[in-house]
Amino acid sequence: MRYFADWIIENLEFTRAIPSEYVYLIIMVVGGLLLLLFVVPMAGALTFVERRVAGKMQSRIGPNRVGPQGIFQFVADGVKLILKEDIIPTAADRRLFKLAPYIVFVGSFLTFAALPFSQKLIAADLNIGILYIFAVSSMVVVGIIMSGWASNNNLSLLGGMRSAAQIISYEVPQILSVLAVILLTGTLGMQGTIKAQGWAPQHWFLFHNPFAFIAFFVFFISAVAECNRIPFDIPEAESELVSGYNTEYSGFRFGLFFLAEFANVYVISAVAVTLFLGGWNTPFYLPTGIWGLLPSAVNLAGLITFLIKTFVLVFVCMWLRWTLPRLRVDQLMTVGWKYMVPIAFFNLVGTAVWMLVWGDKSIAALLGG
Amino acid sequence: MRRYFLNIWEAISTIAKGMGVTLVHFTPARKSITIQYPDRTPVPVVETLPERSRGMLTFDPDVCDACSMCAMTCPIDCISIDRERVEGAKGFVLKRFDIDMAKCMYCGLCTEACPVKPKGLEHTREFEGATDRMEDLILEFIDEKKHRELVEKALKKAEKLKAAQNEE
Repeated sequence: MRYFADWIIENLEFTRAIPSEYVYLIIMVVGGLLLLLFVVPMAGALTFVERRVAGKMQSRIGPNRVGPQGIFQFVADGVKLILKEDIIPTAADRRLFKLAPYIVFVGSFLTFAALPFSQKLIAADLNIGILYIFAVSSMVVVGIIMSGWASNNNLSLLGGMRSAAQIISYEVPQILSVLAVILLTGTLGMQGTIKAQGWAPQHWFLFHNPFAFIAFFVFFISAVAECNRIPFDIPEAESELVSGYNTEYSGFRFGLFFLAEFANVYVISAVAVTLFLGGWNTPFYLPTGIWGLLPSAVNLAGLITFLIKTFVLVFVCMWLRWTLPRLRVDQLMTVGWKYMVPIAFFNLVGTAVWMLVWGDKSIAALLGG
Repeated sequence: MRRYFLNIWEAISTIAKGMGVTLVHFTPARKSITIQYPDRTPVPVVETLPERSRGMLTFDPDVCDACSMCAMTCPIDCISIDRERVEGAKGFVLKRFDIDMAKCMYCGLCTEACPVKPKGLEHTREFEGATDRMEDLILEFIDEKKHRELVEKALKKAEKLKAAQNEE
């Protein structure tokens, strides 16, 4: 986006009259709206895909009535949710109750600002991109606790508390395994991390060294836990807590929780692709100048590569969800603190030692000579 | 310590196994085992039911003797029969034969009690009786017209019998 803005300011006559700050502001607002236009239908469509995948895995059919193969099911669901009455319990803390879903959604939507889509397609290539993503996605937990507390319902509160405990404990191994990648790249920027990898699998950080390989799995499992998805969905365990922190919500606000959940699934997959799976790298080189922007075929190839990889990981999330049962609270904590954290530390130290011995050479480079 | 690594290995191997199973189900090789009832079934579900399954009751007034055995056998009295004697004819003629399918528990005792052959009262395979109004589930087999028909029939039968007796 910054690149695009700079180009507009340099090349378009009419923008000279207005200060460049305003041009940046307008472009950022437009960019944000574009992202929203991407996120909302994407998250909606993911709910449909998830239901069809679930159906297939359980030898059912799944929703297939609205439109061809039921692809407009999510539109129908969305319209239904918006039209429904927005009930606020009398005993609830009204202001917090109303605010909470927005915080949850904003927390997961803000991360899209630093998520890369292709070589040039990124809202803001922050030099602390990965840090920013983890910082703002931690806002989700504030919203979840807020909703649990404001509902004034024991199940909601329990769900919110569980969610907090879970997200806080899984953030540790997640960030520790990201640190291993940061050691390899020496940058916190998302585009920088992708550029440090190649298009071929042996140049991905996933196969860079054994420690990075394990780090990917630690990262992915912790990320799934951060999303509160099965098998880590104890905050909304239906059998114990009705629906956890969103029990009392209805209508549009409930829809926002769902939107945030599915947006989060995309975010963790995109981050995993960025950090470990080579991002948008394609075998083609990128032309310079404005042709490096949207219309270029290379950029488009990068976008498609990135989206394919991301949606494959999203599918893996769904696949996990329909395979594994829910963990118990104590099991969750055991997995988090007794297994994930030590393994993540082991990876971190292992990667550091690897870099001490071989520098940033990957296994492929060592074997290839 | 050994247990710790065994746990990790167990987690990895069992999850892989489970995901393998779900993946097999995801592939197009496994067809869905559910059907899209009611409107997108390959054949109507009624046709797939066994021959002797007990669905809605059906009644044939033309073979009925009006013996009311079925109504007496019925454990929940869901069959109500009104019958009358017709001057000059033998036995009874049905005036009303109602079955309240809302009450019926599909035990099939009435069909077994029916003494005539072929049976006047039988189960069909039809089971889709859902309706908005309970009254719709009361099946009325005899109306005014049918009653008159039955009376005429009984009279005719009596006349024939008389004629036969006279010939002897």
